[in-house]
Amino acid sequence: MNHSRRKLLNAGLGTVAGLSGLAIASKLADRYGLLPPDSRGVYGPGETLTYASQRLLTRHSMAREFSRDQISIKPFVNGLAFTSDDYKLHEREAFANWKLSIDGLVARPATFSMAELKSFPSRSQITHLACEEGWSYIAEWAGVPLGFVLDRVGILPQAKYIIYASLQKGWEDSIDMSDALHPQTMLTYSMNGADLPTGHGGPLRMRVPRQLGYKSVKYIHRITVTDRPEKAWPGGSYAWFAGI
Amino acid sequence: MASSVQAEPPRHSLVVRVAHWLTTLLFLALLISGVEIVISHPRFYWGETGNVNVTPLFSIPIPASRAAVPTGYAYVLKDQNGWSRYLHFQAGWFLVFTGLLYGLASLFNGHFRNHLLPVRKDLAWRALSRSLREHLGFQPSATSSYNLLQRLAYLGVVFLIFPLMIWTGLAMSPSFTSAFPATVTMLGGQQSARTFHFFCTVILVIFVLVHVLMVYLSGFRSRVRAMTLGPKTIETENV
Repeated sequence: MNHSRRKLLNAGLGTVAGLSGLAIASKLADRYGLLPPDSRGVYGPGETLTYASQRLLTRHSMAREFSRDQISIKPFVNGLAFTSDDYKLHEREAFANWKLSIDGLVARPATFSMAELKSFPSRSQITHLACEEGWSYIAEWAGVPLGFVLDRVGILPQAKYIIYASLQKGWEDSIDMSDALHPQTMLTYSMNGADLPTGHGGPLRMRVPRQLGYKSVKYIHRITVTDRPEKAWPGGSYAWFAGI
Repeated sequence: MASSVQAEPPRHSLVVRVAHWLTTLLFLALLISGVEIVISHPRFYWGETGNVNVTPLFSIPIPASRAAVPTGYAYVLKDQNGWSRYLHFQAGWFLVFTGLLYGLASLFNGHFRNHLLPVRKDLAWRALSRSLREHLGFQPSATSSYNLLQRLAYLGVVFLIFPLMIWTGLAMSPSFTSAFPATVTMLGGQQSARTFHFFCTVILVIFVLVHVLMVYLSGFRSRVRAMTLGPKTIETENV
Protein backbone atom coordinates (compact mmCIF):
# COMPACT_ATOMS: atom_id res chain seq x y z
CA MET A 1 0.00 0.00 0.00
CA ASN A 2 1.48 3.32 -0.96
CA HIS A 3 1.90 6.25 1.34
CA SER A 4 -0.97 8.44 0.13
CA ARG A 5 -3.46 5.56 0.18
CA ARG A 6 -2.52 4.74 3.74
CA LYS A 7 -2.93 8.41 4.64
CA LEU A 8 -6.39 8.45 3.03
CA LEU A 9 -7.41 5.28 4.85
CA ASN A 10 -6.19 6.69 8.16
CA ALA A 11 -8.11 9.92 7.57
CA GLY A 12 -11.23 7.89 6.72
CA LEU A 13 -10.90 5.75 9.87
CA GLY A 14 -10.27 8.89 11.91
CA THR A 15 -13.43 10.52 10.56
CA VAL A 16 -15.55 7.44 11.28
CA ALA A 17 -14.11 7.19 14.80
CA GLY A 18 -14.69 10.90 15.34
CA LEU A 19 -18.30 10.76 14.14
CA SER A 20 -19.20 7.70 16.20
CA GLY A 21 -17.48 9.36 19.17
CA LEU A 22 -19.69 12.40 18.67
CA ALA A 23 -22.81 10.22 18.37
CA ILE A 24 -21.97 8.42 21.63
CA ALA A 25 -21.18 11.72 23.36
CA SER A 26 -24.52 13.16 22.24
CA LYS A 27 -26.42 10.05 23.51
CA LEU A 28 -24.66 10.31 26.88
CA ALA A 29 -25.24 14.07 27.07
CA ASP A 30 -28.96 13.55 26.44
CA ARG A 31 -29.16 10.84 29.07
CA TYR A 32 -27.60 13.04 31.77
CA GLY A 33 -29.66 16.11 30.85
CA LEU A 34 -26.80 17.97 29.20
CA LEU A 35 -28.46 18.69 25.83
CA PRO A 36 -30.22 22.08 25.58
CA PRO A 37 -33.44 22.31 23.50
CA ASP A 38 -31.51 24.27 20.85
CA SER A 39 -28.76 21.64 20.52
CA ARG A 40 -29.61 21.16 16.83
CA GLY A 41 -28.79 23.61 14.09
CA VAL A 42 -25.76 25.68 13.14
CA TYR A 43 -25.05 26.89 16.66
CA GLY A 44 -25.97 23.58 18.33
CA PRO A 45 -22.37 22.49 19.06
CA GLY A 46 -21.51 25.76 20.85
CA GLU A 47 -24.77 25.80 22.82
CA THR A 48 -24.37 22.16 23.85
CA LEU A 49 -20.80 22.75 25.03
CA THR A 50 -21.90 25.80 27.02
CA TYR A 51 -24.96 24.21 28.60
CA ALA A 52 -23.27 20.87 29.35
CA SER A 53 -20.23 22.49 31.01
CA GLN A 54 -22.41 24.91 32.95
CA ARG A 55 -24.57 22.04 34.23
CA LEU A 56 -21.52 19.99 35.20
CA LEU A 57 -19.92 22.94 37.02
CA THR A 58 -22.85 24.94 38.37
CA ARG A 59 -25.82 22.64 38.99
CA HIS A 60 -26.12 23.57 42.68
CA SER A 61 -24.14 26.79 42.90
CA MET A 62 -25.80 29.94 44.25
CA ALA A 63 -25.97 33.24 42.36
CA ARG A 64 -23.93 35.98 44.02
CA GLU A 65 -25.81 37.96 46.66
CA PHE A 66 -24.87 41.50 47.62
CA SER A 67 -25.03 43.78 50.62
CA ARG A 68 -27.77 46.34 51.11
CA ASP A 69 -25.46 49.28 50.30
CA GLN A 70 -24.81 47.81 46.83
CA ILE A 71 -28.48 48.11 45.81
CA SER A 72 -28.78 50.35 42.73
CA ILE A 73 -30.34 53.73 43.54
CA LYS A 74 -32.10 53.99 40.17
CA PRO A 75 -32.85 50.52 38.76
CA PHE A 76 -33.50 50.67 35.03
CA VAL A 77 -37.01 49.93 33.75
CA ASN A 78 -36.63 48.08 30.45
CA GLY A 79 -39.28 48.19 27.75
CA LEU A 80 -42.37 50.33 27.31
CA ALA A 81 -45.21 50.36 29.84
CA PHE A 82 -47.54 47.37 29.49
CA THR A 83 -50.92 48.91 28.68
CA SER A 84 -53.24 46.16 27.42
CA ASP A 85 -56.86 46.51 28.57
CA ASP A 86 -56.87 43.36 30.69
CA TYR A 87 -53.64 44.39 32.43
CA LYS A 88 -54.96 47.91 33.12
CA LEU A 89 -58.07 46.38 34.67
CA HIS A 90 -55.88 44.23 36.96
CA GLU A 91 -53.89 47.34 37.86
CA ARG A 92 -57.07 49.26 38.82
CA GLU A 93 -58.09 46.31 41.03
CA ALA A 94 -54.63 46.41 42.67
CA PHE A 95 -54.09 42.90 41.24
CA ALA A 96 -56.69 41.44 43.64
CA ASN A 97 -57.89 39.12 40.86
CA TRP A 98 -54.49 38.22 39.39
CA LYS A 99 -54.18 34.44 39.15
CA LEU A 100 -51.29 32.09 38.56
CA SER A 101 -52.33 28.75 37.08
CA ILE A 102 -50.08 25.68 37.02
CA ASP A 103 -50.82 22.76 34.71
CA GLY A 104 -49.08 20.09 32.65
CA LEU A 105 -47.14 17.21 34.22
CA VAL A 106 -48.38 17.82 37.77
CA ALA A 107 -50.40 15.66 40.16
CA ARG A 108 -52.75 18.49 41.26
CA PRO A 109 -53.16 21.34 38.73
CA ALA A 110 -53.96 24.50 40.66
CA THR A 111 -54.61 28.22 40.49
CA PHE A 112 -53.20 30.62 43.08
CA SER A 113 -54.22 34.20 43.87
CA MET A 114 -51.62 36.83 44.79
CA ALA A 115 -52.84 36.64 48.41
CA GLU A 116 -52.22 32.88 48.47
CA LEU A 117 -48.75 33.26 46.93
CA LYS A 118 -47.91 35.91 49.55
CA SER A 119 -49.07 33.59 52.35
CA PHE A 120 -46.47 30.97 51.39
CA PRO A 121 -42.99 30.99 53.02
CA SER A 122 -41.13 33.86 51.41
CA ARG A 123 -37.53 34.43 50.53
CA SER A 124 -35.64 37.67 50.08
CA GLN A 125 -32.37 38.09 48.17
CA ILE A 126 -30.19 40.94 46.88
CA THR A 127 -29.08 39.90 43.40
CA HIS A 128 -27.97 41.22 40.05
CA LEU A 129 -30.28 41.64 37.14
CA ALA A 130 -27.91 41.58 34.15
CA CYS A 131 -29.27 42.05 30.64
CA GLU A 132 -27.71 40.32 27.64
CA GLU A 133 -27.30 43.83 26.14
CA GLY A 134 -24.69 44.67 28.77
CA TRP A 135 -26.42 46.79 31.42
CA SER A 136 -27.25 45.67 34.95
CA TYR A 137 -28.54 46.71 38.36
CA ILE A 138 -28.79 45.23 41.83
CA ALA A 139 -32.06 45.07 43.78
CA GLU A 140 -33.57 43.27 46.73
CA TRP A 141 -36.22 40.86 45.55
CA ALA A 142 -38.75 38.94 47.63
CA GLY A 143 -41.17 36.22 46.66
CA VAL A 144 -41.95 32.56 47.01
CA PRO A 145 -39.39 30.05 45.73
CA LEU A 146 -40.75 28.39 42.58
CA GLY A 147 -39.70 25.02 44.03
CA PHE A 148 -42.13 25.46 46.95
CA VAL A 149 -45.07 26.09 44.62
CA LEU A 150 -44.05 23.17 42.36
CA ASP A 151 -43.97 20.93 45.46
CA ARG A 152 -47.53 21.96 46.30
CA VAL A 153 -48.82 20.83 42.89
CA GLY A 154 -46.61 17.73 42.81
CA ILE A 155 -44.48 17.53 39.67
CA LEU A 156 -44.46 14.14 37.94
CA PRO A 157 -41.18 12.22 37.56
CA GLN A 158 -41.03 12.68 33.77
CA ALA A 159 -41.01 16.51 34.12
CA LYS A 160 -37.92 18.06 32.50
CA TYR A 161 -38.78 21.72 31.97
CA ILE A 162 -41.22 24.36 33.12
CA ILE A 163 -42.69 26.88 30.70
CA TYR A 164 -43.78 30.22 32.14
CA ALA A 165 -45.99 32.64 30.26
CA SER A 166 -46.50 36.37 30.59
CA LEU A 167 -49.83 38.15 30.19
CA GLN A 168 -47.88 40.18 27.61
CA LYS A 169 -48.40 38.42 24.27
CA GLY A 170 -45.41 36.59 22.86
CA TRP A 171 -43.47 36.47 26.13
CA GLU A 172 -42.96 32.91 27.17
CA ASP A 173 -39.82 31.15 28.30
CA SER A 174 -38.66 27.90 29.85
CA ILE A 175 -35.99 26.58 32.23
CA ASP A 176 -34.83 23.10 33.16
CA MET A 177 -35.68 21.47 36.50
CA SER A 178 -32.22 22.29 37.87
CA ASP A 179 -33.08 26.00 37.63
CA ALA A 180 -36.79 25.53 38.41
CA LEU A 181 -36.04 23.81 41.75
CA HIS A 182 -33.05 26.05 42.54
CA PRO A 183 -33.63 27.86 45.87
CA GLN A 184 -32.98 31.31 44.33
CA THR A 185 -35.49 30.91 41.48
CA MET A 186 -38.54 32.79 42.72
CA LEU A 187 -41.99 33.96 41.81
CA THR A 188 -41.17 37.54 42.78
CA TYR A 189 -43.80 40.01 44.06
CA SER A 190 -41.65 42.54 45.91
CA MET A 191 -38.71 44.74 44.99
CA ASN A 192 -36.64 46.88 47.39
CA GLY A 193 -39.19 46.45 50.19
CA ALA A 194 -42.28 47.52 48.20
CA ASP A 195 -44.74 45.77 45.90
CA LEU A 196 -43.06 44.91 42.59
CA PRO A 197 -43.57 48.02 40.37
CA THR A 198 -45.52 47.45 37.15
CA GLY A 199 -42.51 48.52 35.05
CA HIS A 200 -40.48 45.74 36.64
CA GLY A 201 -43.14 43.10 36.00
CA GLY A 202 -45.60 43.55 38.87
CA PRO A 203 -47.52 41.88 40.30
CA LEU A 204 -45.51 38.72 39.56
CA ARG A 205 -42.17 38.20 37.86
CA MET A 206 -40.11 35.05 37.43
CA ARG A 207 -36.62 35.78 38.73
CA VAL A 208 -33.87 33.37 37.61
CA PRO A 209 -30.78 35.11 39.01
CA ARG A 210 -28.29 32.57 37.58
CA GLN A 211 -29.37 33.56 34.07
CA LEU A 212 -29.49 36.83 32.14
CA GLY A 213 -32.44 39.18 32.36
CA TYR A 214 -34.46 37.86 29.44
CA LYS A 215 -35.19 34.65 31.38
CA SER A 216 -36.77 36.78 34.16
CA VAL A 217 -40.13 37.17 32.41
CA LYS A 218 -42.61 39.79 33.70
CA TYR A 219 -46.38 39.51 34.40
CA ILE A 220 -46.39 35.74 34.98
CA HIS A 221 -49.85 34.20 34.94
CA ARG A 222 -49.34 30.63 33.80
CA ILE A 223 -46.84 27.82 34.36
CA THR A 224 -46.81 24.54 32.44
CA VAL A 225 -44.69 21.60 33.54
CA THR A 226 -43.53 19.59 30.54
CA ASP A 227 -41.00 17.08 29.25
CA ARG A 228 -40.11 19.25 26.23
CA PRO A 229 -40.05 23.04 26.02
CA GLU A 230 -40.79 23.20 22.26
CA LYS A 231 -39.99 26.72 21.16
CA ALA A 232 -40.96 28.38 24.41
CA TRP A 233 -38.31 31.07 24.49
CA PRO A 234 -38.11 34.49 22.81
CA GLY A 235 -38.76 33.77 19.15
CA GLY A 236 -36.13 31.04 19.05
CA SER A 237 -33.62 33.65 17.83
CA TYR A 238 -31.98 33.97 21.25
CA ALA A 239 -30.15 31.14 22.98
CA TRP A 240 -32.37 29.08 25.28
CA PHE A 241 -29.71 28.90 28.01
CA ALA A 242 -28.83 32.39 29.18
CA GLY A 243 -26.40 31.63 31.99
CA ILE A 244 -23.71 33.44 30.04
CA MET B 1 15.42 24.72 -13.01
CA ALA B 2 15.69 21.58 -11.02
CA SER B 3 16.80 23.44 -7.92
CA SER B 4 13.65 25.55 -7.90
CA VAL B 5 11.49 22.71 -6.61
CA GLN B 6 13.96 21.63 -3.95
CA ALA B 7 12.07 21.93 -0.68
CA GLU B 8 13.47 23.71 2.35
CA PRO B 9 12.19 22.92 5.83
CA PRO B 10 8.93 24.82 6.28
CA ARG B 11 9.10 28.20 8.01
CA HIS B 12 5.98 27.26 9.98
CA SER B 13 4.97 23.78 11.13
CA LEU B 14 1.65 22.33 9.97
CA VAL B 15 0.10 22.83 13.44
CA VAL B 16 1.11 26.50 13.46
CA ARG B 17 -0.30 27.02 9.96
CA VAL B 18 -3.63 25.31 10.69
CA ALA B 19 -3.98 27.03 14.09
CA HIS B 20 -3.09 30.41 12.55
CA TRP B 21 -5.89 30.37 9.98
CA LEU B 22 -8.46 28.82 12.32
CA THR B 23 -7.63 31.57 14.81
CA THR B 24 -7.93 34.20 12.08
CA LEU B 25 -11.39 32.96 11.10
CA LEU B 26 -12.63 32.55 14.69
CA PHE B 27 -11.20 35.89 15.82
CA LEU B 28 -13.06 37.57 12.97
CA ALA B 29 -16.30 35.82 14.00
CA LEU B 30 -15.76 36.88 17.63
CA LEU B 31 -14.94 40.46 16.63
CA ILE B 32 -17.97 40.91 14.35
CA SER B 33 -20.40 39.30 16.82
CA GLY B 34 -18.76 41.18 19.71
CA VAL B 35 -19.21 44.51 17.94
CA GLU B 36 -22.86 43.64 17.25
CA ILE B 37 -23.41 42.88 20.95
CA VAL B 38 -21.70 46.13 22.02
CA ILE B 39 -23.98 48.09 19.65
CA SER B 40 -26.95 47.14 21.84
CA HIS B 41 -25.35 49.10 24.70
CA PRO B 42 -22.28 51.09 23.61
CA ARG B 43 -21.61 52.40 27.12
CA PHE B 44 -19.03 51.11 29.59
CA TYR B 45 -18.99 51.26 33.36
CA TRP B 46 -16.85 50.40 36.36
CA GLY B 47 -17.82 48.22 39.31
CA GLU B 48 -20.73 45.79 39.64
CA THR B 49 -23.57 47.66 37.95
CA GLY B 50 -24.22 50.11 35.13
CA ASN B 51 -27.22 51.18 33.08
CA VAL B 52 -28.56 54.31 31.35
CA ASN B 53 -29.40 55.83 34.77
CA VAL B 54 -25.71 55.70 35.71
CA THR B 55 -22.92 57.94 34.38
CA PRO B 56 -20.73 55.75 32.17
CA LEU B 57 -16.95 55.52 32.43
CA PHE B 58 -16.99 56.20 28.67
CA SER B 59 -19.27 55.53 25.76
CA ILE B 60 -18.65 54.89 22.08
CA PRO B 61 -20.23 57.58 19.88
CA ILE B 62 -22.22 55.22 17.63
CA PRO B 63 -25.95 54.59 17.19
CA ALA B 64 -27.39 51.74 19.28
CA SER B 65 -29.68 48.82 18.49
CA ARG B 66 -31.89 49.66 21.48
CA ALA B 67 -34.19 52.68 21.72
CA ALA B 68 -33.60 53.04 25.48
CA VAL B 69 -29.91 53.95 25.05
CA PRO B 70 -29.34 57.70 24.66
CA THR B 71 -26.85 58.00 21.79
CA GLY B 72 -27.65 61.37 20.22
CA TYR B 73 -28.66 59.63 16.98
CA ALA B 74 -32.25 59.90 15.79
CA TYR B 75 -32.44 56.28 14.64
CA VAL B 76 -32.14 52.81 16.17
CA LEU B 77 -30.26 49.96 14.50
CA LYS B 78 -31.70 46.47 14.07
CA ASP B 79 -31.34 43.99 16.95
CA GLN B 80 -28.66 41.46 15.94
CA ASN B 81 -27.96 39.99 19.39
CA GLY B 82 -29.69 36.62 18.84
CA TRP B 83 -27.30 35.21 16.23
CA SER B 84 -24.42 37.37 17.50
CA ARG B 85 -24.50 35.79 20.93
CA TYR B 86 -24.89 32.28 19.46
CA LEU B 87 -21.93 32.86 17.12
CA HIS B 88 -19.81 34.56 19.81
CA PHE B 89 -19.92 31.57 22.16
CA GLN B 90 -19.59 28.93 19.45
CA ALA B 91 -16.54 30.70 17.98
CA GLY B 92 -15.21 31.12 21.52
CA TRP B 93 -15.42 27.35 22.13
CA PHE B 94 -13.79 26.50 18.80
CA LEU B 95 -11.01 28.99 19.52
CA VAL B 96 -10.41 27.37 22.91
CA PHE B 97 -9.97 23.99 21.16
CA THR B 98 -7.68 25.57 18.55
CA GLY B 99 -5.67 27.12 21.38
CA LEU B 100 -5.41 23.75 23.15
CA LEU B 101 -4.21 22.05 19.95
CA TYR B 102 -1.65 24.80 19.34
CA GLY B 103 -0.58 25.01 22.99
CA LEU B 104 -0.11 21.28 23.56
CA ALA B 105 1.68 20.76 20.24
CA SER B 106 3.93 23.74 20.90
CA LEU B 107 4.89 22.41 24.33
CA PHE B 108 5.97 19.09 22.86
CA ASN B 109 7.54 20.14 19.54
CA GLY B 110 9.59 22.94 21.09
CA HIS B 111 7.79 25.80 19.28
CA PHE B 112 7.44 27.87 22.47
CA ARG B 113 10.99 27.10 23.62
CA ASN B 114 12.71 27.61 20.27
CA HIS B 115 10.65 30.27 18.52
CA LEU B 116 8.82 32.33 21.13
CA LEU B 117 10.87 32.42 24.35
CA PRO B 118 13.28 35.36 24.01
CA VAL B 119 16.90 34.44 23.39
CA ARG B 120 18.97 35.36 26.44
CA LYS B 121 21.34 37.74 24.64
CA ASP B 122 18.35 39.66 23.18
CA LEU B 123 17.07 40.46 26.64
CA ALA B 124 19.88 42.94 27.29
CA TRP B 125 18.73 46.55 27.38
CA ARG B 126 21.08 47.49 24.53
CA ALA B 127 19.71 44.80 22.20
CA LEU B 128 16.15 45.74 23.10
CA SER B 129 16.63 49.44 22.43
CA ARG B 130 18.41 48.69 19.13
CA SER B 131 15.52 46.48 18.04
CA LEU B 132 13.02 49.18 19.05
CA ARG B 133 14.95 51.83 17.08
CA GLU B 134 15.12 49.60 14.02
CA HIS B 135 11.38 48.91 14.14
CA LEU B 136 10.45 52.56 14.66
CA GLY B 137 12.56 53.39 11.62
CA PHE B 138 10.82 50.57 9.70
CA GLN B 139 14.25 48.94 9.15
CA PRO B 140 14.28 45.77 11.27
CA SER B 141 17.31 43.62 10.52
CA ALA B 142 16.28 40.49 8.65
CA THR B 143 16.57 37.32 10.69
CA SER B 144 15.49 33.79 9.91
CA SER B 145 13.77 33.42 13.28
CA TYR B 146 11.61 35.86 15.26
CA ASN B 147 13.33 38.89 16.79
CA LEU B 148 12.75 39.96 20.38
CA LEU B 149 9.82 42.32 19.75
CA GLN B 150 8.03 39.68 17.68
CA ARG B 151 8.59 37.08 20.39
CA LEU B 152 7.28 39.39 23.11
CA ALA B 153 4.24 40.35 21.03
CA TYR B 154 3.32 36.74 20.25
CA LEU B 155 3.96 35.59 23.83
CA GLY B 156 1.82 38.46 25.13
CA VAL B 157 -1.10 37.57 22.86
CA VAL B 158 -0.89 33.82 23.50
CA PHE B 159 -0.24 33.81 27.25
CA LEU B 160 -1.68 37.12 28.46
CA ILE B 161 -4.41 38.58 26.23
CA PHE B 162 -6.16 35.34 25.17
CA PRO B 163 -6.38 33.99 28.76
CA LEU B 164 -7.57 37.44 29.93
CA MET B 165 -10.19 37.42 27.18
CA ILE B 166 -11.57 34.07 28.40
CA TRP B 167 -11.42 35.13 32.05
CA THR B 168 -13.14 38.52 31.55
CA GLY B 169 -15.73 36.86 29.31
CA LEU B 170 -16.61 34.20 31.87
CA ALA B 171 -16.64 36.83 34.63
CA MET B 172 -19.71 38.35 32.94
CA SER B 173 -21.65 35.08 33.19
CA PRO B 174 -24.09 35.03 36.14
CA SER B 175 -24.07 31.23 36.08
CA PHE B 176 -20.27 30.76 35.91
CA THR B 177 -19.69 33.36 38.66
CA SER B 178 -22.24 31.59 40.88
CA ALA B 179 -19.78 28.69 41.04
CA PHE B 180 -16.59 30.81 40.92
CA PRO B 181 -17.41 34.23 42.41
CA ALA B 182 -13.74 35.21 42.83
CA THR B 183 -13.36 35.34 39.05
CA VAL B 184 -15.53 38.46 38.96
CA THR B 185 -14.81 40.09 42.34
CA MET B 186 -11.06 40.05 41.55
CA LEU B 187 -11.79 42.21 38.51
CA GLY B 188 -13.82 44.72 40.52
CA GLY B 189 -17.29 43.61 39.42
CA GLN B 190 -19.32 42.43 36.46
CA GLN B 191 -19.28 45.79 34.65
CA SER B 192 -15.51 46.09 35.20
CA ALA B 193 -15.14 42.63 33.63
CA ARG B 194 -17.11 43.84 30.59
CA THR B 195 -14.91 46.96 30.32
CA PHE B 196 -11.71 44.84 30.63
CA HIS B 197 -13.10 42.50 27.93
CA PHE B 198 -13.51 45.52 25.64
CA PHE B 199 -9.96 46.80 26.36
CA CYS B 200 -8.54 43.35 25.54
CA THR B 201 -10.42 43.49 22.22
CA VAL B 202 -8.84 46.87 21.46
CA ILE B 203 -5.37 45.45 22.20
CA LEU B 204 -6.02 42.44 19.92
CA VAL B 205 -7.27 44.65 17.08
CA ILE B 206 -4.14 46.83 17.35
CA PHE B 207 -2.03 43.65 17.37
CA VAL B 208 -3.73 42.38 14.19
CA LEU B 209 -3.28 45.73 12.41
CA VAL B 210 0.45 45.92 13.27
CA HIS B 211 0.85 42.21 12.43
CA VAL B 212 -0.67 42.67 8.95
CA LEU B 213 1.41 45.81 8.39
CA MET B 214 4.60 43.90 9.28
CA VAL B 215 3.66 41.04 6.96
CA TYR B 216 3.08 43.58 4.19
CA LEU B 217 6.42 45.29 4.80
CA SER B 218 8.40 42.07 4.92
CA GLY B 219 6.98 40.60 1.73
CA PHE B 220 3.27 39.85 1.71
CA ARG B 221 3.31 37.02 -0.84
CA SER B 222 6.19 35.02 0.58
CA ARG B 223 4.97 35.45 4.16
CA VAL B 224 1.39 34.40 3.35
CA ARG B 225 2.75 31.52 1.28
CA ALA B 226 4.88 30.37 4.22
CA MET B 227 1.82 30.48 6.50
CA THR B 228 -0.42 28.58 4.03
CA LEU B 229 1.45 26.16 1.78
CA GLY B 230 4.35 25.87 4.19
CA PRO B 231 7.59 24.59 2.64
CA LYS B 232 8.99 27.36 0.50
CA THR B 233 10.96 26.48 -2.58
CA ILE B 234 14.06 28.29 -3.74
CA GLU B 235 12.01 29.69 -6.60
CA THR B 236 9.45 31.29 -4.31
CA GLU B 237 12.29 32.65 -2.22
CA ASN B 238 13.47 34.58 -5.26
CA VAL B 239 10.06 36.00 -6.15
